[in-house]
Amino acid sequence: MKFIKDIFLKTQPHVQKGAKFHWLHSFHDGFFTMFFVPKNTSKSGTHIHDYIDLKRTMGIVVLALVPSLLFGMYNVGLQHYKTIGELATAGFFDLFLYGLLKVLPVVIVSYVVGLGIEFAFAQMRGHEINEGFLVSGMLIPLIMPIETPLWMVAVATAFAVIFGKEVFGGTGMNIWNPALVARAFLFFAYPAQMSGNSVWVALGKNDTAIDGFTGATPLADAAAGNINFSVADAFFGFIPGSIGETSTLAILLGAVLLIITGIGSWRIMVSTVAGGVVMGVILNIFSGSAALSPEVAAYFSMPFWHHLIIGGFAFGAVFMATDPVSAAQTGKGKWIYGFLIGVLAVLFRVVNPAYPEGMMLAILIMNTFAPLIDHYVVQGHIKRRMKRAKISA
Amino acid sequence: MSEVIKLRKGLNIKLKGSAEPVLETLSLPATVALKPTDFPGLTPKLSVKPGDVVKAGDALFYSKYHPEVVFTAPWGGKVASVNRGERRRILEVVVETDPNAGSAEFKKGNPESLSAEEIKGQLLKSGLWPFIKRRPYGILASPDEKPLAIFVSTFDTAPLAPDCNFIMEGQLGSFQAGIDALAKLTDGKVFLGIGQKSVFGNIKNAEIRQFSGPHPAGNVGVQINHISPIGKGDVVWTIQPQDVLFIGKLFETGRVDFSKVFALTGSEAEKPKYFQTIVGAPVSLVTGGRLKKAGYKQRIISGNVLTGTRVKPENYLGFYDSQVTVIPEGDDYEFFGWAKPGIEKFSASKAFFSKLFPKKEYVLDANLHGGERAFVLSDQYEKVVPMDLLPVFLLKAVLANDIDKMEQLGIYEVIEEDLALCEYVCTSKIKVQDILRTGINTMIKELG
Repeated sequence: MKFIKDIFLKTQPHVQKGAKFHWLHSFHDGFFTMFFVPKNTSKSGTHIHDYIDLKRTMGIVVLALVPSLLFGMYNVGLQHYKTIGELATAGFFDLFLYGLLKVLPVVIVSYVVGLGIEFAFAQMRGHEINEGFLVSGMLIPLIMPIETPLWMVAVATAFAVIFGKEVFGGTGMNIWNPALVARAFLFFAYPAQMSGNSVWVALGKNDTAIDGFTGATPLADAAAGNINFSVADAFFGFIPGSIGETSTLAILLGAVLLIITGIGSWRIMVSTVAGGVVMGVILNIFSGSAALSPEVAAYFSMPFWHHLIIGGFAFGAVFMATDPVSAAQTGKGKWIYGFLIGVLAVLFRVVNPAYPEGMMLAILIMNTFAPLIDHYVVQGHIKRRMKRAKISA
Repeated sequence: MSEVIKLRKGLNIKLKGSAEPVLETLSLPATVALKPTDFPGLTPKLSVKPGDVVKAGDALFYSKYHPEVVFTAPWGGKVASVNRGERRRILEVVVETDPNAGSAEFKKGNPESLSAEEIKGQLLKSGLWPFIKRRPYGILASPDEKPLAIFVSTFDTAPLAPDCNFIMEGQLGSFQAGIDALAKLTDGKVFLGIGQKSVFGNIKNAEIRQFSGPHPAGNVGVQINHISPIGKGDVVWTIQPQDVLFIGKLFETGRVDFSKVFALTGSEAEKPKYFQTIVGAPVSLVTGGRLKKAGYKQRIISGNVLTGTRVKPENYLGFYDSQVTVIPEGDDYEFFGWAKPGIEKFSASKAFFSKLFPKKEYVLDANLHGGERAFVLSDQYEKVVPMDLLPVFLLKAVLANDIDKMEQLGIYEVIEEDLALCEYVCTSKIKVQDILRTGINTMIKELG
């Protein structure tokens, strides 16, 4: 402990303004404060401060993502061996190791690129490094299809951090969830590589898929009117999909941690699910309409709760919609915001088959409208205050 | 007594070192001092110069814009020095005490038989007027204005706060006289906020409202919000219970008696208990020889840990304070502090294992426990503010210097102490009280 502290303290004078390595200041500060909570004490205002800080908060969100990450690694291996028809001969560790080796590079690229840019911006602005990217850097890999080329991950991460966050002033000022900005960037910039059925399962150059393999996700199948996934597989996550989004169970574990610690807003999670259910039921009701083509009618009539366990719905509701910066900030606003995300996500999925992953777009749209929702909630609050003031005077 | 007003939001911070109900009377300090800096917004003008001899109740300085508001010596003697800070700002007016100096004489009499003007005149002349503060803004009351009501909170819920019931033992008669005097100063009512177990239940000439709930239920601002919220143009006054006693004693005896009880509290106090001394006594009188001998730095606070002022032993106690808190400074690095389970780390959040031990008392130091960041989390402040208020939006209005929005979002209703818990719980370590005072100063400057 002490020798690490000494290293930091000894190097500290050399990274100050005017010193030789001043351009390393943010880098030094970032790591120093990660290893050691600074010794700064209260100068004004309250003399005591809560032990919670942004590092703790973000650390807990990353912890909540671990089940999804670990399961994602396993599932990447599972889908791979299933596709090449060698599942029967591969053991658990074969699957996991394969997945680990495929997923780890994506995680590393995301963190190195994202944190690199964060450090550079912190240095330029003379700010401390904000911990927000610790979570974004983990979210980005988890919402990527496994076969996304690493350079695309790098480009998308850079785009998300610079144009999704830093141009607005950094963490706390951004309008959209940075991780979703990365995903949306890829979705629209490289549609050929990011959709279709070949990106969801990892295959080596010499691997050949077994006969009858399509690689399609249940979501893509459903959009084509072909609803034949196993509910248990979808819930436990043994289906193709983005790395971290397939297992509803793993996501629920994360949700429990976020709700127990109070760090993720349960209001948003509950209202998002409620919105999805309500829209699903509405679609079910109209599934008999004669105006629908048979494929669309089939998707309309899919039991409403299936929407919660396929695609990115659960992952989005628990980890994306709850991002405190881009979500609505008021209590009432959160209910409205979450509910509309659920409604829009299901609507986009079913009614607009060009965008099977409706969750991403639903959250980005509601991120955009969150300040508007808050505005009206605050106006309502002000009106009530004004009325009250008149009575008392 | 009417119904109990139950407040749910808020937070009791369980600190080690609450004062035992034992009262020790301290000897007369060698010096006492008044500090113009204790009165927000005051521009002081000196009435004395070093070497002058004063009695208790003689003016030391007065307000430049309201010369009738004078600040008087808590004890008589020779004016020893006027200590100034940057740009010759007056920091302290120090008086060398003389045990036989005596008090200036004022009119005795039952406040009920005196007119409002007589009472006001007496309070102004004796230097007790500055104990009355006004809302909005929490600044000195102006003698020209008539308040809609006067509010007194008779219990303090702040961490380690002194127990007002204990302090008031045997003095309720004087307290009643003080309330009678105050009742004359308003056309409205005097409201008394009382806690769960209270000796104030039988006070007459006042409307009594009982409150229950965690801190800040004892804050007078919170009580005003629940009894009769103030809007634009409204003015109400507030005063603390021990200061009501001063007023009562003035009318009972015709002399000023600035004896005040202070609680010495905090984990660094050897034996936390109550001490009787006088307003403006030196800090060392209370803390000297009564702190734990420690190998680390200690922080002495005049007031409580949320709103108090950091002081040194050679400084003087704050005018409005009735508590001295001593906690560890905590100016040390902590290895991976943010990642530890945190059984010993009290937190309003549920992110530490300390949540599993709700009854435990904690030693908290003055460390920030993290770096300052932009607003990231929402919903944190609302949980500790039991008022109809959106604190984050109010603070953002202040940061944007938007006077209309500040007004609409309730800047008239809060002062620093009401939002102090927000600053404590803040993940981003935002300086809530500083921001709020900036906003209040803007309002005073722009709207008067």
